[in-house]
Amino acid sequence: MTGYIARRVALAALVVAGVIVATFVIARVVPGDPAATWAGPHASAAQVAAARRFLGLDRPPLTQLLSYFGGICTGNWGLSIHTHRPVLSDIGTAAPASLELVTAAMVIALVVAVPLGLISARWPGGLVDQAIRAGSILGVSMPIFWLALILQLVFTQRLHLLPAAGEYSPGLLFSHPLAQHTGFSLIDAAITGNWPMLGSILVHLVLPAVVVAAYPAGLIARMVRAQVLDTVTETHVQMVRALGFSERAVYARFAMKLAWNPVAAAVALVFGYSLVNTFLVEAIFDWPGLGSYAAASVATLDTPAILGVTLFIALVYVAANLVVDIIQAALDPRIRLR
Amino acid sequence: MIEAPAPFPAEAPTLPRGRALRRGLRANPLLLAGGVVVLLIVVIAVFAPLLAPFPGDAGTGTHPFFVLRPPSAQHWFGTDQVGRDVLSRVLYGARISPVVAVLVLAIACVIGIPLGVAAGYFGGWVDEVIMRVTDVFLAFPSLLLALALAAVLPTSLTSLTIAIAVTWWPWYTRLIRGQAASVAGRPYIDSCRALGIPRRRIILRHILPNSITPLIVQVSLDVGGVILTASALSFLGLGAQDPTPDWGLMVSEGQTYFTTDWWVVTFPGIAILVTAFAFNLLGDGLRDLLDPRRSLLP
Repeated sequence: MTGYIARRVALAALVVAGVIVATFVIARVVPGDPAATWAGPHASAAQVAAARRFLGLDRPPLTQLLSYFGGICTGNWGLSIHTHRPVLSDIGTAAPASLELVTAAMVIALVVAVPLGLISARWPGGLVDQAIRAGSILGVSMPIFWLALILQLVFTQRLHLLPAAGEYSPGLLFSHPLAQHTGFSLIDAAITGNWPMLGSILVHLVLPAVVVAAYPAGLIARMVRAQVLDTVTETHVQMVRALGFSERAVYARFAMKLAWNPVAAAVALVFGYSLVNTFLVEAIFDWPGLGSYAAASVATLDTPAILGVTLFIALVYVAANLVVDIIQAALDPRIRLR
Repeated sequence: MIEAPAPFPAEAPTLPRGRALRRGLRANPLLLAGGVVVLLIVVIAVFAPLLAPFPGDAGTGTHPFFVLRPPSAQHWFGTDQVGRDVLSRVLYGARISPVVAVLVLAIACVIGIPLGVAAGYFGGWVDEVIMRVTDVFLAFPSLLLALALAAVLPTSLTSLTIAIAVTWWPWYTRLIRGQAASVAGRPYIDSCRALGIPRRRIILRHILPNSITPLIVQVSLDVGGVILTASALSFLGLGAQDPTPDWGLMVSEGQTYFTTDWWVVTFPGIAILVTAFAFNLLGDGLRDLLDPRRSLLP
């Protein structure tokens, strides 16, 4: 097992190195002169040259790559051309809100999709199954930026049920200010007993989380259905049936137990995917996360910021993959031997 | 995107093709529905100039006195912020993202298939190098890498197509590699080698045809995904530019007027949803039909 983990970690490190080189190469092919952008529109030639020296752009590409590499490893992810602030600290400020949003979406997706997948698998081919299958395919076909706008129109503008945008009601900042401990607003509000704030955050979280949940819900429902159908024919599940357990227990308790492993792997992978999907949703709901930051960076062509976010999410993605691999190997010894 | 590439079963059921198709369609009405809608979209794309009530509005048409009119008998889907007929633009939109999707998938196949076959057939260091590069590309969620690329390339539909294609080929390399490696290990390939058949011929006539089916299924499953990615990038302003009647761009442009004039955003969005949904139904059904091992049907 130790050998397997070492191999997987080494491979992940190699992939991360490749990812860093890839972001560097993308940054090199940018048309235009980052030094000129950095110095501003009315800078003199001497100022642009100074900026070029300051940003290290006058050195040979290989030296630049090495110093970029070293910078990333030591926590220096470059300066945002737009805000002139360190990219990593910008990401550190924005990431918790996005992680909260994606986690909430995953919870919603699981709560909705697992029962639907089970129902679908219990009566395969029937009308209910066809409907759930169509529904899950609809979920993965949803242009979520559009869904976000439509839900906002219906639930906020027309029905006045939910708040339109933001992370909490701004008025609460005066009556119940949020103490910063972890950076995760929900956790901060909960541990400081700031209940009005907690309620406000939860209400603001509903719409964006439902929108982000559409894709994972569709995917998970299909996975659960396929996995349960696969396992329910296996002999030990048949055995449970022969022992006189109800059909409901056969599916929900025994077949589902075997299905959890691949489903959990899919959830971890789709987490990274959904983190990118927040790019399309956060700006619409004015949710102060990575997506809003990335959208603003794209709008101002802030290359270091865009690449910083790209790198950060790629790292999350690689880490999620690694964790899934290791957990699966721990649960299923056959994987380690491959 | 999650399923591991499974080797295609050596003994596929051998029903006469027509009967298998009819049986498959009856067992899977969703496939039929998807196919019909896809056909309809193709017809709309081809005959857009005949079907659109105001063909000129697909381009630079401007009608200052008909700005943001709600749906009516004359303008079924209303008019947009410069008075163009939204229905005409939605119909012409069938010529943009579906075509982008086909181009992206074609480029991805052209890059992905040769690399995958090479990695699977030759093995050894060729395999090692190709697959590590593939791993790096797969470490980025495709929308993210496409976003980073589209952000640094000059904004146009061509850049958008290239950016998405660059993120899409590694999936095909990985899929084909697994297939090719399993086919290359079969005894009849050894016999081919023993008979002195040239390597080129072995690869083109034996390895490739026997490993391509799961890829065809995957490509058909991916059309919907590419359409969604392309419209998402256009929505962020990284693809088509005005006056191109691209659905994602139309949603993005309509956002400003959305709370009062809902139709500008709603109809192009429905077009994206219906198109992606139809292609996904079709792809899902084709998988059940062509690749029963990876099927989600019982």
